[in-house]
Amino acid sequence: MTISASFRKKLKYFDLDISLSCRSEKMTVMIGPSGGGKTTIIRMLAGLEMPDEGRVAYGDEIWFDSARRVNLAPQKRRLGYVFQDYTLFPHLNFYDNAAFAAVNKKEVDALFELFKISHLRKRKPHQVSGGERQRCAICQALARHPRLLLLDEPFSALDVVTRRGLREELKSMKGTLSCPVIYVTHDINEALFLADEIVPVVDGKIDPGWMQRTITREPGEGVAAKGAREPRLALVY
Amino acid sequence: MDFLALYVTLKLALVATAVLMVLAAPVAYFMAFSRFRGKSFVEALIYLPMALPPTVIGFYLIMLMGPKGFVGRVWETLTGGSLLFTFLGITIASIIYSIPFAVQPMKAAFQKIDPRLLDAASILGLSKMNAFLRVIIPNSLAGIAAAAVLVFLHSIGAFGVLLMVGGSIPGETRVISIAIYEAVETMNYSAAALMALSFIPVSFLFLLLVNKLNEGVRA
Repeated sequence: MTISASFRKKLKYFDLDISLSCRSEKMTVMIGPSGGGKTTIIRMLAGLEMPDEGRVAYGDEIWFDSARRVNLAPQKRRLGYVFQDYTLFPHLNFYDNAAFAAVNKKEVDALFELFKISHLRKRKPHQVSGGERQRCAICQALARHPRLLLLDEPFSALDVVTRRGLREELKSMKGTLSCPVIYVTHDINEALFLADEIVPVVDGKIDPGWMQRTITREPGEGVAAKGAREPRLALVY
Repeated sequence: MDFLALYVTLKLALVATAVLMVLAAPVAYFMAFSRFRGKSFVEALIYLPMALPPTVIGFYLIMLMGPKGFVGRVWETLTGGSLLFTFLGITIASIIYSIPFAVQPMKAAFQKIDPRLLDAASILGLSKMNAFLRVIIPNSLAGIAAAAVLVFLHSIGAFGVLLMVGGSIPGETRVISIAIYEAVETMNYSAAALMALSFIPVSFLFLLLVNKLNEGVRA
């Protein structure tokens, strides 16, 4: 199955105008500077925000079509969405969070095994670390058997070591996912590590040259300045 | 000490609080999350009982629930009885009198919920009603409890509105505040002093509870 979307939306500082697609078992990584419209795009795919115009189709099923006034509610899109910050329900323990919308509650245990959080099933989200919360958020999303998995900078609030570990776990389990995955990041290393396809998004539009420009030195700009601007890439320069 | 009045007071406060919490929760939800033209007009109308003198509220309730009022006539047709000077009458009066004290703190508690949790709920397939029951309510318990305590306190302290709508029928409509007033009127100061004194620790403890609950909400 393929998710294909094209939409336009007027934002405060620029007009978003983008087309992208991703097919089952593949991961499309949207990359670009913060504030470039990546989260808005992913929210529009989820149905949490409405484009001014455009079309989103999942295979033959139309999720949004401005011309035909179709807008499928997020509840009916059957998505997995892991947000940038932890959005587990604070009143529920880990198990109840992951089982919240699970198709088969027995699978939650297997997912907990896979993500190594079985020992935390009775813990509340505020009692565990950020990395463990994000693991549970991924379990919650996968237990729903999503038709499309959206990951919006899921590891950006974590420390480097945890982030690297989770990134590797995600890559190793990518092959077992049968749905399209759209992943948002501003980290080039992460994009190169995970992506089947990379879509650089700058000011609401696809900018194929952005990665090249970012990792190569521009005339008049020193290595130190570049490294200071994007510390994670300092070793590349 | 008029224990019958104490019993009526506590019964009234408990019933009014329980009914009002159920009725006010959807109103508070609507006020917290919906946007519509004339919202501040509706909101001001809901909070009006807070700004009006209790005797004014009592007067309009008599007009409404009396034998010539719309509600009074409907009630009489259905049951053959009167709403005025009954426990049900003062319960309705108490509920209307306390509406703002239920809606305002609940609305504030609902608005403090991280909107991303509601996004997550809709992504996970929850309808608005289910999100309200499974996400909003469990995450606003401290605010809801604070609202309940405020309504309870406001109900046990009501005087003017209850006197106008219910009079002072022992075991039916005579509450502690009216019993104190009558004790003073009949120069029975020792009984009045005892009843008045009993209010202070109860009210203080409940207010302490509200503060603790509000601290919980802020945290």
